[in-house]
Amino acid sequence: MADRAVSLLEARLVVRRGEFHLDVALSIARGETVALLGPNGAGKTTALRALAGLTPLSGGFLRVDGRDLSATPPEHRRVGVVFQDYLLFPHLSARDNVAFGPRRQGVDRRTAHETADRWLERVGLTDLARRKPRHLSGGQAQRVALARALAVDPVLLLLDEPLAALDARTRLETRAELHRHLAAHPGATLLVTHDPLDALVLADRLIVIEGGRVVQEGDAATITARPRTDYVAQLVGLNLYRGRGDGHAVRLDSGFVLTATDSVHGDAFVAFPPAAVALHPAQPDGSPRNTWPAVLTDIQRHGDNLRVRLDGPIVVAADITPAAAAHLDLAPGRELWAAVKASETRAYPAGVPEA
Amino acid sequence: MKLRIVAVVLALSLAGCGGTTDTPAASSGSAGVTGTVNVFAAASLTESFTTLGKQFEAAHRGTTVKFNFAGSSALATQINQGAPVDVFASAAPKNMQAVTEAVAPVTFAKNQLVIAVAKGNPKAITGLSGLTAPGLKVALCAEAVPCGAAAKTALATSGVTLTPVTLEQDVKAALSKLKLGEVDAALVYRTDAKASAAEVDAVEFPESAKAINEYPIAVLKNAANAAGARAFADYVLSADGIAVLTAAGFQAP
Amino acid sequence: MTRGRVPPALLVPAIGGLIFLVLPLAGLLWRTPWAGLPQRLTEPGVVEALKLSLLTASLATAVCLILGVPLAWMLARAEFPGRRLVRALITVPLVLPPVVGGIALLLALGRRGLLGGWLYSTFRVSLPFTTAGVVVAEAFVALPFLVISVEGALRGADSRYEEAAATLGASRWTTFTHVTLPLVAPGIAAGGVLCWARALGEFGATITFAGNYPGITQTMPLAVYQTMESGDLDGAVVLSLILLAVSVTILAALRDRWLTAP
Repeated sequence: MADRAVSLLEARLVVRRGEFHLDVALSIARGETVALLGPNGAGKTTALRALAGLTPLSGGFLRVDGRDLSATPPEHRRVGVVFQDYLLFPHLSARDNVAFGPRRQGVDRRTAHETADRWLERVGLTDLARRKPRHLSGGQAQRVALARALAVDPVLLLLDEPLAALDARTRLETRAELHRHLAAHPGATLLVTHDPLDALVLADRLIVIEGGRVVQEGDAATITARPRTDYVAQLVGLNLYRGRGDGHAVRLDSGFVLTATDSVHGDAFVAFPPAAVALHPAQPDGSPRNTWPAVLTDIQRHGDNLRVRLDGPIVVAADITPAAAAHLDLAPGRELWAAVKASETRAYPAGVPEA
Repeated sequence: MKLRIVAVVLALSLAGCGGTTDTPAASSGSAGVTGTVNVFAAASLTESFTTLGKQFEAAHRGTTVKFNFAGSSALATQINQGAPVDVFASAAPKNMQAVTEAVAPVTFAKNQLVIAVAKGNPKAITGLSGLTAPGLKVALCAEAVPCGAAAKTALATSGVTLTPVTLEQDVKAALSKLKLGEVDAALVYRTDAKASAAEVDAVEFPESAKAINEYPIAVLKNAANAAGARAFADYVLSADGIAVLTAAGFQAP
Repeated sequence: MTRGRVPPALLVPAIGGLIFLVLPLAGLLWRTPWAGLPQRLTEPGVVEALKLSLLTASLATAVCLILGVPLAWMLARAEFPGRRLVRALITVPLVLPPVVGGIALLLALGRRGLLGGWLYSTFRVSLPFTTAGVVVAEAFVALPFLVISVEGALRGADSRYEEAAATLGASRWTTFTHVTLPLVAPGIAAGGVLCWARALGEFGATITFAGNYPGITQTMPLAVYQTMESGDLDGAVVLSLILLAVSVTILAALRDRWLTAP
């Protein structure tokens, strides 16, 4: 995918602020979209602000197209930023908002307006060009913000939770449209989000950070299949355990042993989806290699199914159908047996994540 | 009741002889004189009345004299608006006449204008006509206050047309503008120039004789401390009082 | 009012406060010799003083805007040592009795003042007793009102708009003129109005620093005082009312024009 040798953006962002310490290495190729994913307070927005020049680096470096920008003020960086709540200038029309960047680059008013009109047309807002931001809907404002960021022809496009402020329905449409624009953007794009779906749909590559550090990096398929932290596992909806592998058996710290068809040695993860967990009223005596007694602690709707949480030698989430739930007479406190086939689990080494 | 009778008697005696002759009344009237006497006095009386007040307090144990010094017209307005006052000493009869409650005003001093100039008279001003020199900045009092009225009269009689840079609200304000060096000359009372002799020189001019200010003093009809008011007014008119006033540069009435 | 009744604990002092402010005004109106009013208005001295007042208050406001908005910006946006001290110093003219302010101005800008001495010896310029001196005195007492309200507006404004402007290539100056100023325009307008009103009513610093001469330094408040000094209380009341009526009319017009705009 991204050829590191020709990365447009090369950075190691070090920002120290009181207790918080961000240290993230980042590289993005021309035309590539990278999603920076992480829980609240992980440092996603700090990283974005550091790239934009709004937060000074305490260390590390930042090169765009081979040029060192570490000490360059934001106005000279040629970045386009779409802020979480867009920050459209309230006193300017949509058109003047989009023309603001080109004007600052020294373009005359007429040309800047032409550029703005072109971008507004691309995001489908030609009719609303004269409107002030307060007369735009959330989705429209998001598109103006995108047009405004792109109108400066940025080498680096930064988007901070671009869809977070939208309602579910608008988000769906806007996400698809955003995907189209990001794919067309020739520069590097960094998307900060806490929504895995945004990341999966919009980005070519994902970087997950927690507590200011990169915990996992890779394409969507790898990350969804092989999560490395509880946060990532939760994002992609997997049960995740860590232990020591000895062939097909992985012994967890608690002493519990999970059996997998993969063979691993040493520090290893075992992951399986909630749908792979079967529940039985009594100890099953068939083929599953992994069975254990469990106590149901919680039931929630999850799409058409129910997601239950079980306590026992391992804590696990399981998805079951309503019919099965009725059959099992599920209620918190109910004692059950859980079973997972070895073939449904995936075991992989837990070595240091690739930098 | 007794106090009131004393006050009436004193008032009558003052109205009757109206001059400097009743020194005994001032010194003998101390019986029954106590409390605070509120005196409103023209700004030009600041120094001499402050001295008089101290002497009066020394002569009448238990009395306190409180002064409010300002432009006579401002004082007259304040009195007419009900300010608590026992004695009013104005720098001009006109302002005294404006106070309807003033009982039988008596002239206790006269004052004359001088040209106050900076120490050493750097602009070499010798008379009224010298004030019209181009570029020379002169402060006058506003016409509403006696020193302004006197200045106007003096200028009119001498035929000098003068454009001052400012019309100050009282004589002290005009003098401070001179002391600060903002003006080159100010028409002020001889007494004021004398009080500030360390900082200013006074240039006498003959026309000032045509604009002499008479200073009347009166006890107010509704004086809260009528006895004290009377006693203070008498003290001002006594030989002791006149001595202090003359020392300050006033002329005896 | 749709949220239910006003609690008496708020209503009673609120009405009390209003009465406290309005009662002296009622006193003025009660004393006004209405019959003589139109005649007063046509007196040349009155018109002159009124014109001078409006001119100097407007010029003082302009001076305050030119100096005060950048100062407010520094206080709200820039980091520099001694900022707290600067903020405290700005309130000095609020605390200082205006007459003392006038003397302080004389000592600084008078013919023999700290800076005024140099101005006079070098350029033969002297501010006291000039209309410019009135503007200086008024600006001195009115500036804190502008700075404090503009700084408040700047602090209330979302500084992230300025960051957005920076990412779009705007320098700090362009950001200030094209983003910050429009964002805080209502605050600046409000501060300017306060400043103008304070300058219009200025008396103590003006008479002390600039003196009192009709047509040059005698503004309406000075004219009012002088009229009262001369024993013409009715005249003083009428002049006050004229000042009041003109300023209220202008402020109401400004409010419709500027302050209700988004």
